[in-house]
Amino acid sequence: MELHRLLDRDLDSLRDRVLLLGGETETALQKAMYALVERDTVTAREVLDGDDEIDRLELEIDRLCVDTIALRQPAARDLRFVISVAKITPILERIADHACNIARVAIDLNDEPQLKPYVDLPRMAERASHMLRAALDAFTSGDGAAARLVIDRDDEIDELYNHIFRDLIEMMVTDPTTTTRAARLLFVTKHIERIGDYVTDICELTVYMTEAAFIKHSN
Amino acid sequence: MATPTSTTAPVKPPTDAAQEEQTSALQDDGRERAAAKVSVRDLDFFYGRAQALHKISLDVSSQIVMAFIGPSGCGKSTFLRTLNRMNDTIPGTRVEGSVQIDGQDVYAPGTDVVELRRRVGMVFQKSNPFPKSIFDNVAYGLRINKLTSGKSELNDRVEEALTNAALWPEVKDRLKASALSLSGGQQQRLCIARALAVRPEVILMDEPASALDPMATQKIEELIVELKRQFTIIIVTHNMQQAARVSDKTAFFWLGKLVEVNSTERMFTNPNEKLTEDYITGRFG
Repeated sequence: MELHRLLDRDLDSLRDRVLLLGGETETALQKAMYALVERDTVTAREVLDGDDEIDRLELEIDRLCVDTIALRQPAARDLRFVISVAKITPILERIADHACNIARVAIDLNDEPQLKPYVDLPRMAERASHMLRAALDAFTSGDGAAARLVIDRDDEIDELYNHIFRDLIEMMVTDPTTTTRAARLLFVTKHIERIGDYVTDICELTVYMTEAAFIKHSN
Repeated sequence: MATPTSTTAPVKPPTDAAQEEQTSALQDDGRERAAAKVSVRDLDFFYGRAQALHKISLDVSSQIVMAFIGPSGCGKSTFLRTLNRMNDTIPGTRVEGSVQIDGQDVYAPGTDVVELRRRVGMVFQKSNPFPKSIFDNVAYGLRINKLTSGKSELNDRVEEALTNAALWPEVKDRLKASALSLSGGQQQRLCIARALAVRPEVILMDEPASALDPMATQKIEELIVELKRQFTIIIVTHNMQQAARVSDKTAFFWLGKLVEVNSTERMFTNPNEKLTEDYITGRFG
């Protein structure tokens, strides 16, 4: 039974680190959006500075996954957990990269007059952030049903994306002087929309982990 | 001496949910049993008053590797040995239920046990070569069963068996050397060659690599995968990674009961039964 305890220790360690990475990623997204909406360059730079820690955590989890598979040879639900962690980790790192990209746009836009008060964009980001938190909760508690509910919420993000996209295009057509700033905001909306997709991927992996069901590409 | 009895009682669904599902599936299509190489129904086995196996029903198709896993004392080796009546040699044992090889009940009165064991060969945990030459070890079964018509055919069959056991290149120049001069891994492959020489249809392996080093184990495992092209192989192993590596289907035994039979892939990623999952994830008990 000693080996069993060693495996559990590794699995707990993986779970802790994924939660840590998830928390850092969530914070990066929230801070990036705060920096954009509040025109706060200092906060935007904090997001960029914090990305190294996220990258370090990603590599640490990668190594731990490889070690766990090589040394503990997990099977069944333990194996599915390790595989899910190995796949969720780069997804979280990519979400953090999107947060960095939003922070960079915030820094650029802060040098220029504000286009207009942001209303839908923060709402879209807030929903993406809530989805991310719910997805991580579902993963941590091994709740496949909760993960499926989060997946359904991606439609809200897509709807907001389409709405904001149309508004920004219309603004560029109506007033060409806004083109550069509006284009940057288009990138921000695209980053958030992608984050929604990544959260969906995390939820699909949670369903795999809990139910051994592959629901990716199953519409 | 064993007192095997063969019953033809109708198949009764066992109480265990997994077995019930499996038996039900088996009952749904009687042709499946006829198509199986090895077909077992409602097998009970007793050591004196102690019942070691409870209502085991299981089909094994041709040319696959099936692994039996489970904790020590769960009955997997006992079950393996019922398939070619090796338990007959243990005094006070008793068998109920049926075991069929190609539709023939191996416990039917008048069964030629020697012929049965030619068709259903066995390889044991500890290699047990005879204190004879390499050649004579492989030729032994052919000679005592008079399965060859002359020296030339005997030579050919020995070479064929050693080749099939992936041992020929290593021993072809020293066939007259003592089998005991071979390494542990080579001795085990020699025992496999000895089993193959009489051209069996089913090969039973009881932890065939448990006493071998990793390299020798790898050779045995590669051999098992190669041999399933020609033979049906049933292997008992305590090494679950070995079961995962070599077998197509896996059966999990616990306390003399068959808990689950599934494709090996399914068994090691998402078994049906919680008991199976607890065992293969090391949370047993």
